[in-house]
Amino acid sequence: MKTSVLFGALTVAGLAAGTASAQTLADVQEAGVLDCGVATGLTGFASPNAAGEWEGFDVSFCRAVAAAVLDDPMAVNFVPTTGQTRFTALASGEVDLLARNTTWTFSRDVDLGFEFVGVNYYDGQGFMVPRELGVTSARDLDGATVCIQTGTTTELNLADYFRVNNISYEPVPVETNAEAQQQYLANACDVYTTDASGLAATRATFENPGDHVILPEIISKEPLGPLVRHGDNQWGDIARWTLNALIAAEELGVTSANVAELAEGTDNPEINRLLGTEGDLGAMFGLDSDWAQRAIAAVGNYGEIFEQNIGESTPIGLARGLNAQWTEGGLLYSPPFR
Amino acid sequence: MSTTTDAPAPDQGFRLNQLIYDTRYRSMTIQIVALIVLLTFFGWLINNTIENLEALGKDFDFGFLGQRAGYDINQVLIPYDSGSTHGRAALVGILNTLLVAVLGCILATVVGVLAGVLRLSKNWVVGRLMTVYVEAFRNIPLLLWIILIFALMTEATPQPRAFLVDESGNADASMLLWDSVAITNRGVFIPAPVGGAAAWFVVGVFLASIAAIFLWRRYAVKKLLDEGKVVPTLLPSILLFFVPTLVVFFLLGRPISLAYPELGGFNFNGGIQVRNSLVALWLALSLYTGAFIAEIVRGGILAISKGQTEAAYALGLRSGVTMRLVILPQALRVIIPPLISQYLNLTKNSSLAIAVGYMDVRSTLGGITINQTGKELEGMLLLGLFYLLISLLISGAMNIYNNRVKLKER
Repeated sequence: MKTSVLFGALTVAGLAAGTASAQTLADVQEAGVLDCGVATGLTGFASPNAAGEWEGFDVSFCRAVAAAVLDDPMAVNFVPTTGQTRFTALASGEVDLLARNTTWTFSRDVDLGFEFVGVNYYDGQGFMVPRELGVTSARDLDGATVCIQTGTTTELNLADYFRVNNISYEPVPVETNAEAQQQYLANACDVYTTDASGLAATRATFENPGDHVILPEIISKEPLGPLVRHGDNQWGDIARWTLNALIAAEELGVTSANVAELAEGTDNPEINRLLGTEGDLGAMFGLDSDWAQRAIAAVGNYGEIFEQNIGESTPIGLARGLNAQWTEGGLLYSPPFR
Repeated sequence: MSTTTDAPAPDQGFRLNQLIYDTRYRSMTIQIVALIVLLTFFGWLINNTIENLEALGKDFDFGFLGQRAGYDINQVLIPYDSGSTHGRAALVGILNTLLVAVLGCILATVVGVLAGVLRLSKNWVVGRLMTVYVEAFRNIPLLLWIILIFALMTEATPQPRAFLVDESGNADASMLLWDSVAITNRGVFIPAPVGGAAAWFVVGVFLASIAAIFLWRRYAVKKLLDEGKVVPTLLPSILLFFVPTLVVFFLLGRPISLAYPELGGFNFNGGIQVRNSLVALWLALSLYTGAFIAEIVRGGILAISKGQTEAAYALGLRSGVTMRLVILPQALRVIIPPLISQYLNLTKNSSLAIAVGYMDVRSTLGGITINQTGKELEGMLLLGLFYLLISLLISGAMNIYNNRVKLKER
């Protein structure tokens, strides 16, 4: 008798545990905080500032989603993840959203069971070497010792590139960007390879950035973007369209400075729909109509985020390049808000 | 007469409450219930896992072991490149784990025995120094030691370029031992022996002479016990060690030569590169486990009655000989069982290798492969199975040894 009750209880518990991961939006709103996976520390993209607050390009996206969903850009619990731990953290529900320079690939999207919500940075893998080595091309790197962050696509690109060009190298696997930086500066490796944006961000923190050059070769396509778990389309849509809202805002000239003014109504119906003064797009995925307005007010549009964190006025000094709006020769192209 | 008390109760057949109130059945009832509860728990665990995997849209499949790995590994003991399979990468990792475990167990034993014996030394300085060593290494987490040693090796040693000789003939760093060994921040480069088929013949002769030394020693003991004759062992051992191998070596026209590391391009080429990650992991594991072994050895020695020492002294044996012939053989019986678990600890602790980028099985199969294929459960199960198997093998082998040295009770 008793055992059958126990059986019953266990089965119920088992079923409950099995199906407890579908309604991310409700879970986040109930908790009042968004768990966002970011890098362990990459200046410009995600790193804590002197006051201990996280800031950066990826961090801003987390804050934008928190502003849209929770009406509070600060209600984010940042979970630092390494290249190795990030996917497990997302799959297990430890984080609701992963915004960590993650390359969108077929197998990650399909086989790992994730959903990339878009591309927030078009990147490619590059190499950084000390200037005094006198190396001008990646093809001169025969026999070099190369530091790589393990568990990333860069590891595979590197193996392919050197294999195709028939040159040898010695990989030194490291866990985090900070570790790689330490090894590289100690000359324990000749070359550091990662996404070109990451190289620029890392170099900006060096004592003498000018002593290091980034080689001209870009050996891969690395479309970086935020991702969520498969299976919760509502949550995926919220993340996707928050990103699109930031991009569209730049295209439409909506900034954090003028968003409040424009939200009172404009002659441009697209802006009105984006900011919720016309139609009710937010209700379609379970939010109120001001969601995009809050996101933009909190962190600014895509261009503002870029300039503030990694743009040419910052020590990292990345040009917009591929990450300019499609109207200006870049690849950023948000589907219409209607 | 036989029917005074305890007349057999009228046979009422078996009643259900006897399962609880009858001592004959009660223990069995409890065990069966416990077993059911346990099986239910595991059943639920497995069922829950399967359901959650389904909810995540993942299947349970070991096919990824046959797929192309696509990543490179720096330290390989068997041929491997990025075109090999994930299974092969796991095997490379397993061999790297075994390499550091075997090297670590050997060094830890040597360090541990020395430190354990020296900690009992009457010399105050030596004794206290060993106390400091033991306490420092036992009480600070292993991971810190690994990282500390690794950091020392990368920060405090010269980079390969420092060995370059400039126009005026100066270099910032120079090789040791007649230009044969280079200590750099990427590893220690040592000469590599190279040789053809004839080289194996020399190696065979060398192994045979080692075996001959053991046979000679056994013969000497037998002679001593049977006939009371003392047969010299030291000189014949030394001769056996060197002479046959050297004779064959020169007769065959020196078939083994050394390939010296040479600076070329970015790094030293030729020779063997002992990577800093291996050195750091090996030293940290050995020193850490050695501190525990030292305490085990000290405990084992202290467990031997003082009367044994006094008796040995009374026979005129000196303290070194007493330790070697009287105390240590008896202490071994106390030492071996806890020593086994230290070997197991060392082997399992080697999975901290990723901290310094040493490509052990945890870093290949349990790290990059899992990350690239998303097969966490399968990878972790395989990893667990490997560590379980290797631990069982080590304790099995050590138990055989323990049975040989333990006190024979008849």
